[in-house]
Amino acid sequence: MLDQLPILQVIIPLLAAPLCLFLRKPRLVWMFTLIASAACFMISVLLLQQVASQGDILYSIGGWAGPLGIEYHIDELSAFVLLIITAMSTIVLFAANTSIQKEIPENRQVFFYILYLLSLAGMLGIVATGDAFNVFVFLEISSLSAYAMIALGKDRRALWAAFQYLVMGTIGATFILIGIGLMYEMTGTLNMADLAERLPEVADTRTIFAAFAFFIVGVCLKLALFPLHMWLPNAYAFAPSMVTAFLAATATKVAVYLLIRFTYSIFGISFSFTTLPLQEIFVALGLVGIFAASITAIYQTNVKHMLAYSSVAQVGYMIVGYSIGTTVGLMATLLHLFNHALMKGALFVALGAVMYRVGGVQLSSLNGLGRQMPYTMAGIVAGGLSLIGVPLTVGFVSKWYLVQAALETGWWPVAVLVLLGSLLAVIYIWRIVEAAYFKEPAEGATPVKEAPLTFLIPIWILVGANIYFGIDTRFSVDAARAASQSLFGISL
Amino acid sequence: MACVAIAIIRVKDLFAVAMLSGIYGLLTASLFVDMDAVDVAFTEASVGAGISTLLMLTTVAITGSRDKAVRNKPKLALFAVTLTGVLLIFGTLDMPYFGSVDAPANLHVAPHYIQNSMQEIGVDNIVTSVLASYRGFDTFGEVVVIFTAAIGVLTLLSTGRRREEDGVVEKVNTTMHNQYLIIRIVAKMLIPFILLFALYVQFHGDFGPGGGFQAGVIFAAAIILYAMLFGLSVAKRVINQSVVQLLAAVGVLIYGSVGIVSLLGGGNFLDYSILSEDPIAGQHLGILLIELGVGITVAAVVIIIFFNFADRIDGPAPEKEGDPS
Amino acid sequence: MIMGLYNYWIVVILMMIGFYIVIAQGNLIKKIVGLNIFQTSVFILYISISKVDGGTAPILADGISKYSNPLPHVLILTAIVVGLATTALGLALAVRIKEAYGTIEEENIQMKDDEEC
Repeated sequence: MLDQLPILQVIIPLLAAPLCLFLRKPRLVWMFTLIASAACFMISVLLLQQVASQGDILYSIGGWAGPLGIEYHIDELSAFVLLIITAMSTIVLFAANTSIQKEIPENRQVFFYILYLLSLAGMLGIVATGDAFNVFVFLEISSLSAYAMIALGKDRRALWAAFQYLVMGTIGATFILIGIGLMYEMTGTLNMADLAERLPEVADTRTIFAAFAFFIVGVCLKLALFPLHMWLPNAYAFAPSMVTAFLAATATKVAVYLLIRFTYSIFGISFSFTTLPLQEIFVALGLVGIFAASITAIYQTNVKHMLAYSSVAQVGYMIVGYSIGTTVGLMATLLHLFNHALMKGALFVALGAVMYRVGGVQLSSLNGLGRQMPYTMAGIVAGGLSLIGVPLTVGFVSKWYLVQAALETGWWPVAVLVLLGSLLAVIYIWRIVEAAYFKEPAEGATPVKEAPLTFLIPIWILVGANIYFGIDTRFSVDAARAASQSLFGISL
Repeated sequence: MACVAIAIIRVKDLFAVAMLSGIYGLLTASLFVDMDAVDVAFTEASVGAGISTLLMLTTVAITGSRDKAVRNKPKLALFAVTLTGVLLIFGTLDMPYFGSVDAPANLHVAPHYIQNSMQEIGVDNIVTSVLASYRGFDTFGEVVVIFTAAIGVLTLLSTGRRREEDGVVEKVNTTMHNQYLIIRIVAKMLIPFILLFALYVQFHGDFGPGGGFQAGVIFAAAIILYAMLFGLSVAKRVINQSVVQLLAAVGVLIYGSVGIVSLLGGGNFLDYSILSEDPIAGQHLGILLIELGVGITVAAVVIIIFFNFADRIDGPAPEKEGDPS
Repeated sequence: MIMGLYNYWIVVILMMIGFYIVIAQGNLIKKIVGLNIFQTSVFILYISISKVDGGTAPILADGISKYSNPLPHVLILTAIVVGLATTALGLALAVRIKEAYGTIEEENIQMKDDEEC
C-alpha cells in the first residue's frame, strides 16, 4: 500500500468526484468530500515522511517507466506543496456546508462539491507528476473546475469574472503548451528528469529560448504576477466565499511551484537566470506588484476585493524571494507559500462567516462587528497581523527570511522596499479593524449573532496555526530549507 | 485557412462566424490527414468541425446574431500579437526542417514506440497503444477534463424543471411531421447506421483510426440528430437526463476501476499486464475496457452539453421557488 | 531554409490571428472562436513536428517501415478534447452572461458594471 501512495494522492479525489453524482443529498456529499480530502491530507503527511527518510519517490504509472510512460516524482518540494494544498482543502471544507447554504442554490450544491474535488485533484496532479505534458492536462482540470466554481457566485459579476479568467487562463495554458511543444521538438522527451538531462545540449538554440519565454509568460499569467494579474481581484471577490478561500490558499501556490520546478529542475538555474535577465525582471515586477496592489487594496470598499489585491501583493513577495536566486531566497519564497496559505485561508473563511451572518462584505457591513461577532473578528485581526508581518505570527517568519536573503546578496534597496510594503498592509488592515471595532452599525441594521461553530473551528485552527508556526518555526523552516537545498543540488 | 481566420475577424453576423469556424475546423482536419495524423484528423473533424460548431450555433441562437462591437484597443492588441509572433518565428529558426527524419523529436522515445509496441502491447495502431497504455494516465486526465466540462455546463445551465406537457408535444409533432417529412424519414433510417458506425469505430480503434473519443462523439451526434428533428422534449423522454449524467460518471469510474484492479493485483495503477495470465492479453483487455469507459463518458457528456444548451433556446427557465439567486 | 521552415511560419501566422481575435474583439463568442483558432494552430504546430518525409500514418502494416511520429498525435488528441471542454464552458458562460447583462459585448458589460459601482 505504501508504494502506491503517490498515485493514491491524486486518484482518491479524482474518483471521488464522479462518485458524488450517485449520492444525491448535498449534506451526504459534503461528508463524503470531507472524508476524501482528509484522506488526501493523511497521504500527503505520509509522503512527506517517506521523502524525508528515503529520498525522492518515483512511481511509474501503467508499469511503464519514464520516458516511455508517465512517472510521478515526489521530492521535498512536491511533498511540501502537497501538504499545504490538502491541509487547506480539508480545513476550508469544514465550513463549506454551512457557507454554501446561503450562497449557492440547492440544486447546484452537489455540483459545487464535484468541482471542488476535481480542482483539488487537478492541483495535486500538477504537483505530483514528473511529466511535462501531464502537467498541462491536470492544469486544465484544475482551471476548468475553478472557472465553473467561480461562476457559482451570486452576483452576476461572478459570471463576467469567470469568463475573463477563462480567457486569460486558457491563453496562459496555451502558452505553456507551446513551451512544452518546443522543448519536445528539440529533445524528444516529455519526462522532466529526462528533459533536464537533454536540454543542456540544445540550450543555446533560439527554439529553447522561445520555449522558455513562452513557458514563463504562461506561468506568470497563472501566478497573477503584475501586470498579468488582472483576472484575480474580480474572480476572488465575486466567487462564493469558500471558493475564494480554497483558491486563494492553493491556486497561485501551485503556479509558483510550477515556476520553481521548471526553472530549477528542468531548465537549470544557470540557464534560467542567464538567458533572460530573469532576476532583474522578476524583482522589478515583484516589487511593482507589491506596491501597486497594496495601494489599490487600500482604496477598496469591498473587503474581498481588498484582500484579493493583497494576494497579488503577496505573490509579489514570493517572486522577489525567488528572484534573489540564493538558497535562502528560495527558502523565503517557499515559507511564504506556506504562510500565505494559512493567512489568507483564515481571512477568507472568516469573511465567509461574515457573509453568512451579515449578507455582504462591504467595509460598511463590518461596522460594529467587533462586538457582535467577537471570535470571527478576532480571527480577522490575527490574520491581518500575520499579513503585516508582526513578530509571533508566520507572516513575520517569511518576511524575516526574505529580508535576510536580500541583505545577504547585497540588495539593500529591496530589503527596504519589502519593509515599506508591510507598512502599506498596516493601512488596509487598519481600515478593517477601524470598521469592526470603532464604528457603530448602521441605524436599523439587524444585530447578528456570532458565526456558527462550523466556521469558527476552521478559522481558529488556521489562526492557531498562524501563531504556532510563528513561534515554533522548526517544521516549516526545515521543510522549506530541505526543499530549497534539494533544488539547488539537483540543478546544473 | 488564413483567409477564413481573417474573415472571422471582419464578419459581423455571428451565425456566419460559427459556420466559418466550422469550415476552419474541417480544413484543419484535412491538413492533419495530409500530415499522416489520421486519428487526430478524425477527432478534429468530429470535435472541431462538428461539436464545436454545433455548440456555437446553439449559443448564437440563444444570444442573438449580430456583433455590435466597435474595435477596442486594436493597437495594444496588435503590439502584443506582433511581439508574440516575432518570438515564435525567432524560435523556429533553429528547428529541424519540416519532415526531417532525424529531428530530436523523432529520435528518442518515438522509435521505441514504433518498434516495440507490437511486442509489448500487440496492437496495430501505434497511436492507440501510446494513448491507451504507455500514456494511459494522460487519457484518464482527458476523460476527467471532459467530465469536468459536463459538470461545469450543468452547473451553469441546468434548470431541473420539466416543461413539456403532452398536449404541446403532440402539436409540435404534427406540424413538424408535415414540414420536414422527408428529412425525418431519411433520418430515421440513418440513425441506426450512425449508431452502428459509432460502435464500429469504438471497437476497431486497435486496427485503424478510431477509438473511444471519436466513437463517443459519433454516437452522441446520432442522438442529437434525433433530438433536432423530433423535438427536444421527445428526445428527453427517450433518453432520461439523470441516467445520462450517471453514465458520464460511470465511464470515468470504469476507467479508474481498471486502474484500481491493477493496483489490487499487485502492479502499479493502470498496469494492464496484471489483468490476465498473458501480459499481451492483459494489455488488450485493459485497452478495450478503458476505451469503453472513454466512449461512454464522451457520448454522455456531449449529449448532456447539447441538451442543456438547447433547453435555453427559448429563454431562461423560471427559477424554482426558494432559489436565492 | 525558407522551404524547410515555411510550414511553421504559416502556423505562426494563424496562431497570431487567433490570438488577435481573442484580445481585440469585444464580442464574447468571437473571443471564444479566436481562442479556438489559437489553440488549433498550436495543434498544427505539434503535428507538423511529427511528420516524417516518406513516412505514413503510424498504424503498423506489412511492408511499411517508415512511420510518422505517433507521440504528438496522442498529445494533440488530448489537447483537442481539452479545447472542446474550454469552448463548451466558455459558451455556457456567454449564455449566462447574456441573460444576466442583456449583452455579450465586452464594452457594454464593462459599462454596466461601472454603473453599478
